[in-house]
Amino acid sequence: MSERHSITLTLNGTVISAKVDARTHLADFLRQHLRLTGTHIGCEHGVCGACNVMLDGRSARSCLMLAVQADGAVIETVEGLTASGIIADLQQEFVARNALQCGYCTPGILMTATELLSRTQPNRAEIRDALSGNYCRCTGYHAIVDAIEAIATRRAEAAS
Amino acid sequence: MNSGDPRNVPRREAARLVAGKGRYTDDIDAGDVGHIAFVRSPYPHARIDRMNCDAARVAPGVIAVITADDLSAVCKPWETRLALLPTHLSPEQIPLARDEACWQGEAVVAIVAKTRAQAEDACERVEIDWTELPAIADLDSAAAEDAPPVKSGMPNNLGLDHGISTGDPDAAFRDAAAVVEHDFTFSRQTGVTLEPRTILASFDPRVRELVVQHSHQAPHQMREVFSAQLGLPLSAVRVVAPDVGGAFGMKLCAYPDEMAVAAIAVLLGRPVKFCADRLESFVSDNHAREARVRGRLAVDTDGKLLAMDVAVLSGFGAYASHPRGSAGEGLQAVHMIAAPYQLAHYRGRVRGYFQNKVPSGILRAVGQPLACTVTEQLLDLAARKIGLDPADFRRRNYTDADDKPARSAAGIVLSQLSLRRCHDRLLALMNYDGLRRRQTELRKEKCYRGIGFAAFIEQTGVGPQLYGPQNVRVSAQEACRLTVEADGRVRCATSVTDQGQGTRTGLLQILAQELGVAPDTIEIVTGDTQVTPLGGGAWASRGVALGGEATLRAARRLKSNVLTIAGSLLQADPASLQLQGGVVCNAAGLAQMSLADIATTVGFRSHLIPLDDIPDLEVVESFAPRNTPYIAANGIQAAHVEVDPELGTIRVLDFWVVDDCGRVINPMLVDEQIRGGVVQGIGAALYEQCIYGADGQLENGSLADYLVPMAGEMPDIRIAHVETPTAMTTLGARGVGEAGTVGAAAAIWTAVNDALVPLGATVTEQPFTPEHVLDRLALAGDQPRPT
Ligand code: FES
Ligand code: FES
Repeated sequence: MSERHSITLTLNGTVISAKVDARTHLADFLRQHLRLTGTHIGCEHGVCGACNVMLDGRSARSCLMLAVQADGAVIETVEGLTASGIIADLQQEFVARNALQCGYCTPGILMTATELLSRTQPNRAEIRDALSGNYCRCTGYHAIVDAIEAIATRRAEAAS
Repeated sequence: MNSGDPRNVPRREAARLVAGKGRYTDDIDAGDVGHIAFVRSPYPHARIDRMNCDAARVAPGVIAVITADDLSAVCKPWETRLALLPTHLSPEQIPLARDEACWQGEAVVAIVAKTRAQAEDACERVEIDWTELPAIADLDSAAAEDAPPVKSGMPNNLGLDHGISTGDPDAAFRDAAAVVEHDFTFSRQTGVTLEPRTILASFDPRVRELVVQHSHQAPHQMREVFSAQLGLPLSAVRVVAPDVGGAFGMKLCAYPDEMAVAAIAVLLGRPVKFCADRLESFVSDNHAREARVRGRLAVDTDGKLLAMDVAVLSGFGAYASHPRGSAGEGLQAVHMIAAPYQLAHYRGRVRGYFQNKVPSGILRAVGQPLACTVTEQLLDLAARKIGLDPADFRRRNYTDADDKPARSAAGIVLSQLSLRRCHDRLLALMNYDGLRRRQTELRKEKCYRGIGFAAFIEQTGVGPQLYGPQNVRVSAQEACRLTVEADGRVRCATSVTDQGQGTRTGLLQILAQELGVAPDTIEIVTGDTQVTPLGGGAWASRGVALGGEATLRAARRLKSNVLTIAGSLLQADPASLQLQGGVVCNAAGLAQMSLADIATTVGFRSHLIPLDDIPDLEVVESFAPRNTPYIAANGIQAAHVEVDPELGTIRVLDFWVVDDCGRVINPMLVDEQIRGGVVQGIGAALYEQCIYGADGQLENGSLADYLVPMAGEMPDIRIAHVETPTAMTTLGARGVGEAGTVGAAAAIWTAVNDALVPLGATVTEQPFTPEHVLDRLALAGDQPRPT
């Protein structure tokens, strides 16, 4: 039996406390303990990006991080970003352009896109580059790039 | 996106998926579920001398430790047999290996525990004494005269020996103006769905009912399999496929470890779940494609194809995949040769061998990419040899099946094709002449770009002629049950399943249009054997081609029933009435009554209807192509690549596809099917391979080591359509799900070899790793030659 630890973190805008096994990674904690199943697991070795969440404002692999390491952190999952409405434009664009098929990669890709769009107005090559930590087996990526590019342009227009 | 095209209806479920509200199998709650982890064979081939599970049984959280003997009480062994291919004989299989494990990764012991972590901990406490047996890894060892058998007791490892001959190929080769030949190696690949295989099985011993939530493409097939192996009546087995995170053919077979999960549910009388982790996916998901091919092509002085001769060696793995077998890849590889072209003389032979590796099975486009690659590469070599432009050479040789039905030299049934139209469209789309000019200029600067084509035929909407004669219990029909609910909404339960292709949306569009109701009043139900009629699910590009036809027919019948009832209530001739937006209108176009009015009257006040027999507001229609084995679709793809001869790296610059899948219901969804398929084909050509050592150990079984295409490496993919509706159905749609994968690898082959022409080299082994490219360049002498 591994040791249990108390953690407190801000998850989707709410402060929560929990007791977790030392070995439980953050993705399992979110999915199994909190039943936040929008965060997906594709590899558990930090390659596919399906498990990405926002950690203190940056996208991060929740499979590579232990739940105990999230103590004191601010974490947003796709459920939280959806509820807050801050990526509604991006989500609508993904739907309108069919930038997802099975949808398993999508929450993780939305995290990467959220971070990217918060930093810059990326061009297609930069979007492709940023997405290189997210595998998608279904779409071939083209429509995902289209959707992120469209939102980059739209947000820039709205800001100017 | 074809913005502004009203046919580009977004998928309803996409809104849920982007919000993290997917409901994949692992997301489903079940009370008191036992989590399963498997002890798997670490050896490619070994005898189990002794097993001790005592320590595992008392490990924390363990509910049960299950071995082959435990399951024999509830699960019968199975044999995968294809009636017409008696040599494709697979040894009897059981869910967990008993005395002998035949591939590295075969499940041996199942541990059921309160958590997956506890189950994994307990796996480490199982002690097994193994004696390693000789392992067959590569095709040559499998084929050797004195090869040891992959499993004790098998007479030899040959699992398929099939030949086909048309015309007089020997004479044609003798008289040819030019003959070219090439060797091809296709590495093993696997599906790598982002959601791993997952299954949750519950058995209620009180009523002896099994419910299986299954990340799978064909729930009706699995119901049949579970029923047969577990000895339960079909009506006591319910298989439900919830959201599925990618399938690609990999989630189409009955896996032994999944059979174990269902059997354990019956044995323990409680819900149990198995979710493969990525490492075990690589050693337990079906593999595919492994083959070596030698091909020859003869042409005459006018640039016409004369004859082809193709010999395929296909690798199967330890067992034939259940229930469809593993022969499809090799058979398609010889039968789809030259399918888009006129050819009089052909000889094809395929031999397939069992090996001590993961069983091979279905992967998107089954064997068609191999045939397409061999054909297109040989065409390019021949064009070069006789000094013809490769595009022009293809155009001279396309089959005439545009005008009249035809059969290819290897027996493929073709009709109403549009190869020349697709071809002309493609050349315009890619600005072919401009690209060639630029290629020539850049070569002077030692920049090596290549342009490659792949014309293709895609077998879509495959009907009962494939598995029916093989006595394989796989439904090839698709069916639709339409119900008008009392609130006037329409419920469509379809046998078709959707793993993100968008089939549901296609059916919804067909239904809304045919029936005359608003799309938002329609519910599409898929994937649940309890509520959907018997049918195939998702395989062989059938969703809209066949499922759409069934839906169209059901919609027309339901509409006629509705108007008959409305006519009697309104005392009007039904033929004068219309159903529009869910409202019955009279000849003058004035609204008379809603669908809800009619359904309410039928449901609760039928005494008011002045008809002797009231037609049903629930209808079922099914459709299977019975006069043709499949509905062939066609198209052409082109790749533009750049090869760095110093590093051996390949960059894909551009990619184009012109596809004809008949009537297009939703161009956006069709384009996305093609793009996804193309990228899987590019992955095959450039990155993906299961690397086995000579000892049968998989050396790259992790997602860090098995390369798949990533966004930064992939090009934009431009797509155009030619629409030739098929006359085989009222709807006119052909399938499209595999189109991209059929031709994309071939286009990369021809493009890379086109780039290498001035360097005098050709690639022969897929994937084209930098090492392979550099090896081939070294072999060619490394000296740039004049073009
Ligand atoms: S599951 Fe975390 S990166 Fe793949
Ligand atoms: S949509 Fe299926 S993996 Fe991206």
